[in-house]
Amino acid sequence: MTLLFTDIRLIDPEAEDGQPPIGWLRVENGVIAATGTGPAPTPPGGATRIDGAGACLAPGIVDLGVKVGEPGERHKESFKTAGRAAAAGGVTTMVTRPDSLTPIDNPETLEFVTRRGQETAPVRIAAMATLTRARAGREMTEIGFLKDAGAVAFSDGDHVLTDHRVLVRCLTYARSLGALVIGHPQDPGLSSGACITSGKFATLRGLPGVPPMAERIGLERDLALVELTGARYHADQVTTAAALPALRRAKATGLDVTAGISIHHLTLNTLDIGDYRTFFKVKPPLRHEEDRLAMVEALREGLIDIVCSMHTPQDEESKRLPFEEAAAGAVGLETLLPAALRLFHSGDLSLQALFRAMALNPARRLGLPGGTLAPGAPADLVLFDPDAPFVLDRFKLHSKSKNTPFDGARLQGRVRGTWVGGARVFG
Amino acid sequence: MTYRARHLLGIEPLHPVEITTLLDLADTYVDLNRQAVKHSDVLAGLTQINMFFEASTRTQASFELAGKRLGADVMNMAMQASSIKKGETLIDTALTLNAMHPDLLVVRHPNSGAVDLLAQKVNCAVLNAGDGRHEHPTQALLDALTIRRAKGRLHRLNVAICGDIAHSRVARSNILLLGKMENRVRLIGPPTLMPSEVRELGVEVFEDMREGLTGCDVVMMLRLQKERMDGGFIPSEREYYHRYGLDPEKLAYAKDDAIVMHPGPMNRGVEIDGILADDINRSVIQEQVEMGVAVRMAAMDLLARNLRAAATDGAA
Repeated sequence: MTLLFTDIRLIDPEAEDGQPPIGWLRVENGVIAATGTGPAPTPPGGATRIDGAGACLAPGIVDLGVKVGEPGERHKESFKTAGRAAAAGGVTTMVTRPDSLTPIDNPETLEFVTRRGQETAPVRIAAMATLTRARAGREMTEIGFLKDAGAVAFSDGDHVLTDHRVLVRCLTYARSLGALVIGHPQDPGLSSGACITSGKFATLRGLPGVPPMAERIGLERDLALVELTGARYHADQVTTAAALPALRRAKATGLDVTAGISIHHLTLNTLDIGDYRTFFKVKPPLRHEEDRLAMVEALREGLIDIVCSMHTPQDEESKRLPFEEAAAGAVGLETLLPAALRLFHSGDLSLQALFRAMALNPARRLGLPGGTLAPGAPADLVLFDPDAPFVLDRFKLHSKSKNTPFDGARLQGRVRGTWVGGARVFG
Repeated sequence: MTYRARHLLGIEPLHPVEITTLLDLADTYVDLNRQAVKHSDVLAGLTQINMFFEASTRTQASFELAGKRLGADVMNMAMQASSIKKGETLIDTALTLNAMHPDLLVVRHPNSGAVDLLAQKVNCAVLNAGDGRHEHPTQALLDALTIRRAKGRLHRLNVAICGDIAHSRVARSNILLLGKMENRVRLIGPPTLMPSEVRELGVEVFEDMREGLTGCDVVMMLRLQKERMDGGFIPSEREYYHRYGLDPEKLAYAKDDAIVMHPGPMNRGVEIDGILADDINRSVIQEQVEMGVAVRMAAMDLLARNLRAAATDGAA
């Protein structure tokens, strides 16, 4: 079966930045067959035509670090609801986090998660597994079996491995298998008990703060051990200017290192917390505006590789608490694209650069086939109007949990349709 | 009348004129409290509930007395003992109490921002009696009243706040209030007990106590919590007293007529010399306690007026 998108702006992450060309894209049997500029040639044998009317067509987002409540916390988010939210947000692959209530630390649980995802979610699932058993930081998981069972990366989430010897062994073993290890750069001592970035605002609000230096210490430690072991390493979120020199140095010396950031740290700052608004409590905490600007710049120059939603569903009860006691995290599958488009509308980043960070780079880093408009790639696509304005109503989100910091925010960018393997899953 | 707010949650949102209004009214209540019959009925028929999620003797007694002298029906609830243990959330507790139709809710809570959260969920007036490290507005107001009565003014004074600034809601509220009234505020203490970027609040920071006290009109000491003493934030109690305890020798660097304040309860021999604390020529610590009742009467009186005004507006 053939699908033909016409009158579309082609957002090709592998193309030069700039005004995206108007063109067409043909899909055959779930795979991108051809693209081109100008009017579309009529395919032999007819095709289902989709008139883009000038909207943007980009590779579907590969969201690295989605938390689903299964297994254990299905009341917060199931694969079904997360999958619907993903489809509505233009996310065609959810790279799921292993830090569920029952951690994904053995092949059997991984298989359950993968099967649940395939059965109930309309988008692709690529699952991560934990690096150590029960995320306890003592014994490594069966990295080999887990990798064979499809684990795309290994991470203990926000549990920082404090025993350097254990981490060295994990990294060394992972290297022998070519497995990607994802770290959470944060010094657990300095950040213990903190719920906000230290500074004037933290002092005024009387909340315990963590200095940005805690992130630098965590990253420097991880990078030193990567240098020692030669492991493939990705820092889940680098959010402060203080940590950037270490990252730059590691990349310059040729270490196999990449870094990510959540969309919240690129579009919000610590002052957004206002009067103790717990939907703005995330991990690591939102940073100062100078840091946010530095991260946008780091993303533009390619020092930061990957932008993700860090989708973390939390129910109302875990957020309706005093700020210090409230759970951290924000949902983001549906708001990742419109929030990222803020950076496009502000003139900071091109659409191509945004989709490099949200689709191409994560797909390449994890060895997944999507993230590109190149012929032969799976037809995982998102059609969106980058200008369409709307005011976000959190109760209209598809996620079971509604904890978004963008409630009531004015955003631009509407997804018109999402396709996974050539099949329409949204719009 | 120029105090229109529904709650008293902190000093931060107050205008200097509102602060003056509160203090002027408190002055009249000081007079009332010194008479043989200390009773008014401006809160008659109103219900005041004191909810203390954190142990307190002095502040709770002060609020209770203030309410009773104004004729309110006062109820005390020691929250750390009851529902918290049963897993009830703060908001559920607030809704339960709200259903009993109180008019004034006095709340102390160990988490910063918890009183703001509670105030969003109830219909009555809420007074913050201290939330975490955030604010303790009535303490700052009673300190201001004490200073104004001792010094004859509440502007262009050099005020030193000494000790554990980082964990102190009293310090935060005082920094805000004294700043709004155009005083120079100096913070004195070891750097481990100084909050981050505190200079941005418009204060001067000193690590040397003698240097910091030089030329001060007011010396405000803070309590050092026992659990912060042993090696965590400072090396030891005796080293702290040596460097930051207020004694006559250090006080000599301040102005000759400088007054000494402390929010209580004091650790004699840790942050303040016992004899100095009792020196009626320098210490106004007892006056602070007296002003506390008057300030709380004034605050509750004004909030009750606003409640009535809101009810009248609603009826009309």
